[in-house]
Amino acid sequence: MSELLFIEGGRVIDPSGGVDGLRTVVVRDGRIAEVAERVERPREARVIDARGRWVTPGFVDLHVHLREPGQEYKETVATGARAAVAGGFTTVAAMANTSPVNDNASVTELVLARAAAAGLARVRPVGCVSRGQKGEELAEYGELKAAGCVALSDDGRPVASPALMRRALEYARAFDLPVAVHEEDPSLAGKWAMHEGAAATRMGLKGMPAQAESAMVWRDVELAELTGGRLHLQHLSTAGSVRALREAKRRGLRVTGEAAPHHLALTDEDLARAGYDTSWKMNPPLRSAEDRRAVQEALADGTIDCVATDHAPHSAVEKDLEFDAAANGIVGLETAFAVCLGLVRQGLLSERRLVEALTAAPARAFGLAAGTLAPGAPADVAVLDPAAEWRVEPERFHSKGRHSPWKGAALTGRCTHTLVDGRLVHGS
Amino acid sequence: MIGRHRHLIGLEELDRGEILQVLQLAASMKEVLRRPLKKVPTLRGKAVVNLFFEASTRTRSSFETAAKILSADALNWTAAGSSVSKGETLVDTARNLEAMRPDVLVIRHAASGAPRLVAERVGCAVVNAGDGAHEHPSQGLLDAFTLAEHFTRAAGGGPEAAPDFGLLAGKTVAIVGDVSHSRVARSGLHCLPKLGAKVRVCGPPTMIPAGIERMGAEVHHALPDAVKGADAVMMLRIQHERIGDPLIPGTREYSKFWGLNARKAEEWLSPGACILHPGPINRGVELAPEVADGPRSVILDQVQNGVAVRMAVLYLLAGGGEAHV
Amino acid sequence: MSAERVVLDARAVQAAVRKLAAEILEAVRAAGAAPGELAVVGVRRGGIHLAERLRAELGRAAGAPPPLGTLDIALYRDDLASRGSAPVVGPTDIRFPIQGRTIVLVDDVLFTGRTIRAALDELVDFGRPRRVWLAVLVDRGGRELPIAADFAGARVEAGGGEDVQVRLVEAGAAADAVIVRPRAT
Repeated sequence: MSELLFIEGGRVIDPSGGVDGLRTVVVRDGRIAEVAERVERPREARVIDARGRWVTPGFVDLHVHLREPGQEYKETVATGARAAVAGGFTTVAAMANTSPVNDNASVTELVLARAAAAGLARVRPVGCVSRGQKGEELAEYGELKAAGCVALSDDGRPVASPALMRRALEYARAFDLPVAVHEEDPSLAGKWAMHEGAAATRMGLKGMPAQAESAMVWRDVELAELTGGRLHLQHLSTAGSVRALREAKRRGLRVTGEAAPHHLALTDEDLARAGYDTSWKMNPPLRSAEDRRAVQEALADGTIDCVATDHAPHSAVEKDLEFDAAANGIVGLETAFAVCLGLVRQGLLSERRLVEALTAAPARAFGLAAGTLAPGAPADVAVLDPAAEWRVEPERFHSKGRHSPWKGAALTGRCTHTLVDGRLVHGS
Repeated sequence: MIGRHRHLIGLEELDRGEILQVLQLAASMKEVLRRPLKKVPTLRGKAVVNLFFEASTRTRSSFETAAKILSADALNWTAAGSSVSKGETLVDTARNLEAMRPDVLVIRHAASGAPRLVAERVGCAVVNAGDGAHEHPSQGLLDAFTLAEHFTRAAGGGPEAAPDFGLLAGKTVAIVGDVSHSRVARSGLHCLPKLGAKVRVCGPPTMIPAGIERMGAEVHHALPDAVKGADAVMMLRIQHERIGDPLIPGTREYSKFWGLNARKAEEWLSPGACILHPGPINRGVELAPEVADGPRSVILDQVQNGVAVRMAVLYLLAGGGEAHV
Repeated sequence: MSAERVVLDARAVQAAVRKLAAEILEAVRAAGAAPGELAVVGVRRGGIHLAERLRAELGRAAGAPPPLGTLDIALYRDDLASRGSAPVVGPTDIRFPIQGRTIVLVDDVLFTGRTIRAALDELVDFGRPRRVWLAVLVDRGGRELPIAADFAGARVEAGGGEDVQVRLVEAGAAADAVIVRPRAT
C-alpha cells in the first residue's frame, strides 16, 4: 500500500510551475503526486495542517561549508544537514575546502556516504577547480563528476591565475560542470579585515576595496566569453560585480550569480555599530550601503540568480580572538529565510521572487533536479510560517557554528516542517 | 568612571563634557608634577597592570610614572617572553591577569579593537594605550591639553597658567603624515572637533584613508596648503615599514614634500603656530632637528602632559572600591 | 541667612591669632627649641591665610618670621571613592627642608580630624620633622580620629547639622568672622 501525505490549507508558492495560491500538496511514496485546489483526502492519508503557512519546494543552497572531512569540531555533514533542514533547505552544495580538500573521488564519496547516513538534506559535493586548491593544476573533473560532484570551486580562495581560470572554464565544458568562483584579487585585497571605506577608517581596520572583487568578476566574464564555459559567481557583494554580471547576461554568456543573506541585509556601518564582533567577519566582507542596494536590486531583477548562504561555521578557537586574527565566516542556514523575508517586508523583493531565488533559480544554476513541486519530483518541501517571531539564540542552532551577526536579534519567519523524499526531517 | 564610562577605549565614545572632565582633572594633576615631592598616596593599594603587546617605551613609562606618582602598584607585563608567544589567546591572557585582581588594565595591542575585546571579558577598568590604527585616547587627550596650554600662554597666561580649554574653539590643527595607519590622528579627529577645533589632515594620497572626511577632516595633499593659517601642526611619525609597502617611494622624497624644516616652517606656518609630534621622531624625515628642538616645538610639553593626563585617567577609572584611611 | 550666628567677630579673630602666636612662642621656649627651628605650614585652603597671619605675628614677636609652606591635601583624602566630583589640586609648596624642624601645622577649623590626618601623611612625605604641632583658629569638636589641637584660638559649640565657617578679609570677606550656620544640603 502506498504512503500518502496531504499538506493542506497552505499558500503554495512554486515559481518553477508558476503556482501561487491556496493549494493542497499531495505526496505519494516520497514524490509529489499533485498540487491542486481541491483534492479528496482518503482516510488513511497523513496530514500537515499548513493554514497560514507557505508551502514551497525545499530550498536549495549552492554554497555551504560542512567542514567534513577534517574539521569536524566546526561542523559535520550530519550537523550541517540538520541545520539545513531546520532552515528549510533540502539540497545543499558542499564546498570543497575541507581537509583534505575534495579534489578526488574518495573525498566526494565520503561526503556522500556521511550525508546518506544522516538522511537529512541532500548534500551535493562540489569538487576543486585546482588540485589541492593550490591554483596551479587542474583537478580531475571527470572523476569528480562521476563520483557525484555537481560543480567545481576553490571557494575560500580565488583562482588567482587567469591562465588556470581559462583552462578550468574550458576543460569543465567537457563535463558540463559550472565553475563557481570566489572573486578576490589577492594582491589588490592585501591583508584585510573588512570593506574599505569610512567605517574601516574609523575602526582602524585594514580595508579590502570593492574593486578587489569586481575586477576579478570582470576578468572572469571576459574568460567566460573566451571559453564558452559555465561560470557561477559566488557571494557577490559589490555594485561593480553586479554591473559585470549584468553585462555578461546582456552578452548572453553562461554566467550565473548568487548573493548571501548577510550581504543583502547588512553593511559595513552595521559592523561598525556592532564593534569588533567577530560574528560580523566574513569574506567577502559586509560592504557599503550603495553596494548592498545594488545587490538587492540585482537579486530582485534576476541579474543575481539566487540566494546562497555561504554557511561557514567556525569554533571559538578561530573566532574568540582579536578582529584581525579571527577567521572569516558566519553560519547562515538557520537564519536565511527570515533574513530574506525581511527584504520582502521592506518592499525590496517580491515573495515569489524570494522563493524562486531559494528554489528554482539555484537548482537551474547548477543543473540540479530540485527546487520544484512538479508532479513526479521528489517530495522535497518546506512549510514556512512567515509570521513566526523568534529570537536568534545561537546556542540553540543545530549547526555547531555559533557565530551569527543576528545573535539576539528578533526575526520574523521560520520553517516549521521540512520534507525530503516525503519524509518529515524537520518539524512534527 | 569617566562620565558614563567604566573604560577608556576611545575618544569616539566620549562627549565634550567627558573629555573636559579628564582634561580639567589633568590640569589639577599637573600641579603635583610641579611639586618637589612628586608623589601622592591617592591610589595607594590600587594595582595598575600595563599589558603591552607592542613595544612602546614611552607610553608604557608614562602610564607607569602616572601610576607611581599616585602610589598605585604598577606591574608591567610585556608580550615578549610571555605565554603570548606560546600561543595563549588575548582573552586567556586577559583573564589570567584579571585573576591577579588589578584595578586598571592598560593595554597596547597591534590589533584594532583588542582593548574592547578585553574590556568585555574582564571585571576591571580597561585603558586603551593604543590599538592598531584605531585609537590612542590618552594621546588624543594630551595633545588637546598641550594645545590648550599653548594657546593659553599665547593669550598672555604665565608659564604655569592653568590651560583654558575654551581657547581650542575656532582653532585649526593640521595633522600631517601617514594618517591611514595613525591611531593618534584618529583620536585627534574624535577629540579636537568636540572642543571646537577644526582638523585638517595632510599626506600623500596613499596615506590618507578612504572616507576620512566623514570623520570631519579637511583633506589636503600639499603641505603648504595644509599648514597655511593653521594654529598648530602635528607631524606624525613615518614608519619605516611603510616604505615600499608601497605607500611612498622613500624617505628622501617624503621629507622633501611632507617633511618640515626651519625654512618651510618660517615660510608657511603662521607666526604663533606650534608643532606637535607624538614621538618618537624620525629626525630628518618628517621633522628636521632644528624644528623639533625649536621655539615652536611643544613636544616636551606633550611628554609631561602625558603623565598628567594619564594620572587623571587612572584616578577616574581606579576610583571606587574601598576608601582607605 | 537669618540662621547664621557670629561666634567670633573681627576683633575676636585677631585676638585669637595673637593668642595662638603667644602660646606657640611659649611652647617653643618650654621645649627648649632653637628660634630658627620653627616653620609654619598652612593646609589648603582654609589654613593658608591663617598661616600667613600667624607667621607675621611670630615674626613680630621673635624678630624674624619663620619660613612658610602650604599643603594641598586633595590627593591625600581618604574619601576619594565616595566623593562624586574630581579633586581640584592646588600647589603644595614647601621650599625648606623640614628635617629636624618644629612644624606648626595651621588650619582654620578642626572637626573630624581627617584633613589633619591627610596633612600629616603628606607632610611626612617631605621628611622627618623634629615635631609637629597643630594650631587651629577654631576647634568645634566632633573628632573621628585621635587628633587634638596643640593650640586652639577658640572653642565653638556647633551641632552635627551645622557648619563652622571662617571668613577672612584675605579671602574676600568684608570683615573677619567665624560663623555657625545650618549645613547646606
